[in-house]
Amino acid sequence: MVNKKVNSIQEALNGVYDGMTLILGGFGLCGIPENAISELVRLGIKDLTCISNNAGVDDFGLGLLLKKRQVKKMISSYVGENDEFERQMLSGELDVELIPQGTLAERCRAAQAGIPAFFTPAGFGTEVAVGKETRQFDGKTYILEKAFKADFSFIKAWRGDTAGNLIFKGTARNFNPNMCGAATITVAEVEELVPAGELDPNQIHIPGIFVQRITKGINYEKRIEKLTLRTRS
Amino acid sequence: MLDKNGIAKRIANEIKNGYYVNLGIGIPTLVVNFIPNDIEVEFQSENGILGMGPFPFEGLEDADLINAGKQTITALDGASYFDSAMSFSMIRGKHVNLTILGAMEVSETGDIANWKIPGYMVKGMGGAMDLVASADNIIVAMMHTNKRGDSKLLKKCNLPLTGVGCVKKIVTNLAVLEVVNAGFKLLERAPGVSIELIKESTDGALIIESEVPEMIL
Repeated sequence: MVNKKVNSIQEALNGVYDGMTLILGGFGLCGIPENAISELVRLGIKDLTCISNNAGVDDFGLGLLLKKRQVKKMISSYVGENDEFERQMLSGELDVELIPQGTLAERCRAAQAGIPAFFTPAGFGTEVAVGKETRQFDGKTYILEKAFKADFSFIKAWRGDTAGNLIFKGTARNFNPNMCGAATITVAEVEELVPAGELDPNQIHIPGIFVQRITKGINYEKRIEKLTLRTRS
Repeated sequence: MLDKNGIAKRIANEIKNGYYVNLGIGIPTLVVNFIPNDIEVEFQSENGILGMGPFPFEGLEDADLINAGKQTITALDGASYFDSAMSFSMIRGKHVNLTILGAMEVSETGDIANWKIPGYMVKGMGGAMDLVASADNIIVAMMHTNKRGDSKLLKKCNLPLTGVGCVKKIVTNLAVLEVVNAGFKLLERAPGVSIELIKESTDGALIIESEVPEMIL
């Protein structure tokens, strides 16, 4: 087996520089690569373009990178939960490109699959379609969207093995599988890292071929953004 | 006149046995509370679950299990998890039977605006553009007028669009309307609401073909 294991998140982020384009997994704060984000903050790498569905909250997730002004541009579908983000966006310090959520997922998947572009109906007739090529199929109009091009993908999975195979848990799966192999280098951090052979091949969500580096993450906070409970009656 | 729960209750009548349904945030979320017991429905949340269950009891919440509104949820027996690309394959591929979402404005040609108000902080469209561009069966749940009392059913949307020509049915606090070629066809009145009030509250073309019954809730 090809060994993808690296011993620390520091080693996993080797080769990340100022000005790079990064893809980061997660939906809200669920399934975000907490260790990679912490290390990006520690390294102080700047002028980043970050592709991620959301932008974290003020003191967690991608909000930590925004607070340190390390992000030049965000490409997301929904960014509502972050005051510092709002301030930087309104003052023009931060460039923001909002794109439909399904388009974001498919642009990752297309990059992973070697498909340069695809047609989608999402956004036709709206400002999202401005400047984009359109085409009709069976009487309906679609817009052409391109695959992302990125330097690093940062993925959070539940379990992984030294061959880079990944298993996700619950809705922490979200964009993570689509982002594997969507950048030049994919770094996966996992809660549990086992030797190759210990995961059942039938249960693997993402084969190790899409992952270049895998490391065991530490100190997961897994913050809940909106704790919502049912009352016992 | 209906309140938000009343709108949700009326919309629940549109859900048929065996449906896969995607609910937006706001009033649509309330629809879950009014599904008749003799109907089997699966709720899809676009962040990656089919078979979404109710909120968890205290102590059973799981940070790895949320809905598209980022609230903690549970999974019902028979539920499944999947990635975001597959989730939107379900939506774009028209495998989800019904989409219920809120709106700021709807036009008489079925355009919808629900994601951006110029001059205010823009949060983003999330999955709304994918949902409205793809679903054959879209119901908009909203109040008939906004907080200033202006109609939300217009000839043409003033706000930036989420999708064009996609809304088929609208349930408001005053009425049930269908979008047809010539405008908003009035199908039902909310209990105690006069046709006059609906006319006054609707800016777009309102089509009244015959006797308009009161909603059955």
